[in-house]
This record gives sequence, structure tokens and C-alpha cells, in this order.
Amino acid sequence: MSNQNGRFGIHGGQYIPETLMNAVIELEEAYNHYKADPEFNRELTALLNDYAGRPSRLYYAEKMTKDLGGAKIYLKREDLNHTGAHKINNVLGQALLAKKMGKTRLIAETGAGQHGVATATAAALMGMECVVFMGEEDTIRQALNVYRMRLLGAEVIPVKTGTATLKDAVSEAMREWTRRIDDTHYCLGSVMGPHPFPTIVRDFQAVISKEIKEQMLEKEGRLPDAVIACVGGGSNAIGSFYHFIEDKDVRLIGCEAAGRGIDTFETAATMNTGRLGIFHGMKSYFCQDEYGQIAPVYSISAGLDYPGVGPEHAWLHDTGRAEYVPVTDEEAVCAFEYLAKTEGIIPAIESAHAVAYARKIAPEMKPDQTIVITVSGRGDKDCAAIARYRGEDLHE
Amino acid sequence: MSKIAAAFDHGKAFIAFITCGDPDLDTTGRVVRSAVENGADLIELGIPFSDPTAEGPVIQEANLRALRAGTTTDRIFAFVKELREDVAVPMVFMTYANVIFSYGAEKFISTCAEIGIDGLILPDLPFEEKEEFLPLCRQYGVDLISLIAPTSENRVAMIAREAEGFIYLVSSLGVTGTRSEITTDLAPIIQTIRENAKVPVAIGFGISTPEQAKKMAAISDGAIVGSAIEKILAQHGKESAEYVGEYVNRMKNAINN
Repeated sequence: MSNQNGRFGIHGGQYIPETLMNAVIELEEAYNHYKADPEFNRELTALLNDYAGRPSRLYYAEKMTKDLGGAKIYLKREDLNHTGAHKINNVLGQALLAKKMGKTRLIAETGAGQHGVATATAAALMGMECVVFMGEEDTIRQALNVYRMRLLGAEVIPVKTGTATLKDAVSEAMREWTRRIDDTHYCLGSVMGPHPFPTIVRDFQAVISKEIKEQMLEKEGRLPDAVIACVGGGSNAIGSFYHFIEDKDVRLIGCEAAGRGIDTFETAATMNTGRLGIFHGMKSYFCQDEYGQIAPVYSISAGLDYPGVGPEHAWLHDTGRAEYVPVTDEEAVCAFEYLAKTEGIIPAIESAHAVAYARKIAPEMKPDQTIVITVSGRGDKDCAAIARYRGEDLHE
Repeated sequence: MSKIAAAFDHGKAFIAFITCGDPDLDTTGRVVRSAVENGADLIELGIPFSDPTAEGPVIQEANLRALRAGTTTDRIFAFVKELREDVAVPMVFMTYANVIFSYGAEKFISTCAEIGIDGLILPDLPFEEKEEFLPLCRQYGVDLISLIAPTSENRVAMIAREAEGFIYLVSSLGVTGTRSEITTDLAPIIQTIRENAKVPVAIGFGISTPEQAKKMAAISDGAIVGSAIEKILAQHGKESAEYVGEYVNRMKNAINN
């Protein structure tokens, strides 16, 4: 979908310091070599299946379907993957690639901690060193994940600069990569950053839509009418959309974190409130002020609390192929509670944004129509924060 | 002929980086004049950015202090226009791509030409992306400065051949900030630059002491200092001009003796 310079329409590119240019060129060459290598693909498939537990289930949410009284709802259960989220799909791919490239050390950014945990996990498995950068604010919101990463042998570095959230963790990981390139691979966690990351991460996450397609054909004998996923940087969403992009009858819906609402400053809904810019290695949409200063964004979800969006999503937005809708904290929290009570599934607060939007549109659809919601991760990590949101004095 | 060439006419060039608006633009004006009076040959004016990914902690903090003080691109343009009334040395802006892109590239670059800014240094605009601004820079006669890094290897000749103004050679891996020593073997890189470039080469990143500046200038055409000056600003705030002047004087003497 991208051309040689890593462009998706006008988006993407490689806006990074010269110090990193040979590193991304080397990465692109290695990726192009190994993605066509049967042995690499055999190893990766074995890891995904035997270690991460793929394929993930496509579960018919019968109670939810009946309750909403419209479209038939399926849940793509990425929350059942090892480490509890879709992040492991990408991390196993990148870690294996890094190992083949002779790298011995992985660095990563993390927001909610899911990508950090996945990276720490892969590093432990493959005997690599691991350093994770996490906004200090997020280390407080997601203290349990910090412990998990350390338990897995990773070093977690709290980032105190800027807003001390995901964007600052990305900046610090990029800085660390310019300090130490030879033995280090930057295992970027989303479909963002400079080329080739948006393409590599998308390819490793595309297994989600590949499986959805097969599973829907098996269960329903046809493609879904809509696929819904949450969007921060956008990796689980692009993974869920990718194999449907050419199937024009499938609605692709990305749910952005609106925080306290898109008419407030406390939002992270990039497509709905941002404008075109250049940051973190890519041209895409960003929340920013009139002088191009990146805005401090806000969402209850640490994983969606990012002021930009991956370049392929920006392009799908421009072309109208995908819709990007805002979902507020309150709507997401209600959906978090709803899925727990209705289906006995506690979704990540990130994924709850997608569940929330499905609740809005399902009743308006016909019973012979289907919706697939990607439950990108499990919600255990969020329970304490949601309890506090509801006024309970609960701490981990 | 690029106006920047004049900076290399008086022996080895001393290039001073100063963040605009830290702690306020009046101070920046006094600091720039003091640096020029004490021998700075070229001034790099930093336009603060909220998320300067190529900077170490010292310049990051300078950026944030400047933004908190209400410094904006428009205020910096007005400031430079006034500064140009009595400051004659070449001046360039150092900032990030989004500051220019967001302002409107043509409006930004044409204003640079109008107020007497001779070049742009953009650490997040590598060779592959320079078409983003190069056509407008050419149109308005503003040099787009190329950076070369210790990791550039096979890219050095390609970048050097098309370089304008001067080449900014990054001394070592990592972000900006003072280093106790610079161990990179820059000689082979400089030789390739010499064989391919029509413009001078100055070395920056990590230089703070007169000894380091002397060593770096000896193998190139000049030394660039940023974080060490920002440290003076962080310590002395509005009273920094005199201290920066003394420092520049020592550094300029070191590189030409």
C-alpha cells in the first residue's frame, strides 16, 4: 500500500536525524529480505501459534447482540494472546528480525505498558537486553505493568520530560536510539514513526484481519459489514482493517480517544481535532497549536493518549476508505463495564472505545448484518484506574 | 554566493547556538550582541519546539523555558528584524520541520529572506526529505544546511555534494549536550566531505571546553557550541550576556591559536 519512500498518499516519510538514517535503511533492507524468507516466516508462525496462542478466537457475542437488538456482534479476541494484547504480534516479528540482524538489545516506548510488557517478554524469550521508556505519569497509571516489565528482566526508565506520557516516551526512545545504534533495535510499538516502521508494524499486525476474514467466511459465509477498532497510533486498527481495504463493502471504523470531548482541550482525537504536520519521523495528522507546537493531549486510556496517528490511517481518512470517530472517556468506561457484565469479558480501556461505538451503531443495523469489534487487549491493568474514575478509593 | 561564507573568512569560525526567548527575547538580543562582539562568526538562533527529539536535557529545558515565556515564531521574526539593524554576521534558524510546515513553508521561508536569516538547520529533515523545503529555500535564497553524522558512512559524499552554506558535522552519536570527550574518528569523514563539498564544514554536538573546540576546529573549518551556552543561560538568566561574551571570547581565542 505504500510506495518506495514509505508514503501513504502525502503521509509518512522519514523525518528523522541523519544519525538514524542508515539504521532505518538497514532495517528496511533486512525486512525486505526476511519477509520473503520461508525460514523466517516458519519461525515467526511457530512463535505466534505456539507461544502467543494464535490464531485468536472470533467469538460470537450472543448476549450483547440480543441486548442491542441489531447487528450480529463478533469479538476478535486479541485480549487472549499471551501478554494480554495484540502488541505481541508485532513484537515477536520485530524481535525475531532484530535477532537475525545481529542486534542484542531492544528498546521500546510504551503508553499503557502493553507494548513494553510484550517487548520485555520477547526479549526474555530470545535472550536479549531490553530497556523500556515510559512516561512517568503512565508509570503511575499503570504501575502493575511496570512491575511486570521488571519481572521479565527489562529496565524501565520513567520519562519526566514534556507531558510525561506516550509521546515523550517515543521522543526519549528515539534519543536513546541515536545514542546507541550498533547493537540496538528500536522496537516501535505502533504503525507510526519513520518508514519502514509503519509498514513493518502493519504487516506484523495484519494477521488480525487475515484471521477475521477466514473466521467470518467460516462462521457466516461472508465478510462482515463493519470492522471496529480503537486508534491511538493505530496498530490494532490497521491490523484489523488491512485485509479488508480492498473489500469496499466492509465499513472500517477507527475509534479515537476523545477524552473529555472533542470540544475541550482534554482530548486525544487526532483526526477530529488535529491538522497536518511533521513529527516523530512522519507526516500525518497531529494535535498542535497554531505555531506547530505539539499539544498536550489527554485520554483516560494511556494507550490512546498520543497526539498523532499512523500515516496509513491518515491516508485512509483522506480517501474516505475508513471512518474515524471520537469516543469519550465516559462512553469508554460505560462500555468497559457493559462488556464485563454482558459477556463476562473485561476489555482494555483502549478496546472499550471500540465497544462503545459498536453499542451506538449496532441497534441501527439489521439482524442479518455483522460487526466485528477488535478487543485489542484485556482490561485487568485498567481495573484500579476505572474504579478510581467511578469514585472508589482503590489502589494497586 | 551564500552570505554564510563570510562566517568562515576570519580564520576558524566560532558558531554560537542560542535559543530565542530563553528566558525572554530581550535577553536573547543582549546575548547575541555580546557573542558577536566577542568574536562569534555565525549565530544559530533556535526557534523553540515543544518536543525537540534531537536535543539533550539542557537544550530541551531551554526550549521549554522559552515556550513558557510565550515565545512564538511571529515574535521571533519581529525580534530578528530588529536584531538585523545592528548585527551583521550571518544568522541561521535552527528548529524542527513542524515549526516551518505548520506556519506555512512559503510564508516562513520568504519571511526568513526578508528579515535577513541566511539559512535553516533542521535536525529532523534528512537528505531524503529535503525536497519538503528545498525548492522554496532556493526560490528565496535561504540555505538549507545539511547535517552529516558519524553513522552517515556511504551517505557522506552524496550529502556533501549537494550541501549549501556550510556542513554541520555531528561529532558523535546521540543528542546535543556536553560530553567529557569526543572519541569519534572524524578525519576520514572530513576527507570525504572535502573531496565532495563546495562549502566549509563545522563540527558540533558535545563541544564545551576551549580544548575541545580547538581540537575540532583544527580538523575542520569551525566549531559549533550550543548546550554550553544554554547552561550559562540556565544559570544566569537575564544577566547572561556578559558571561556568554566572556565564554565566546575564550572559545574563539582557543580555536585560532
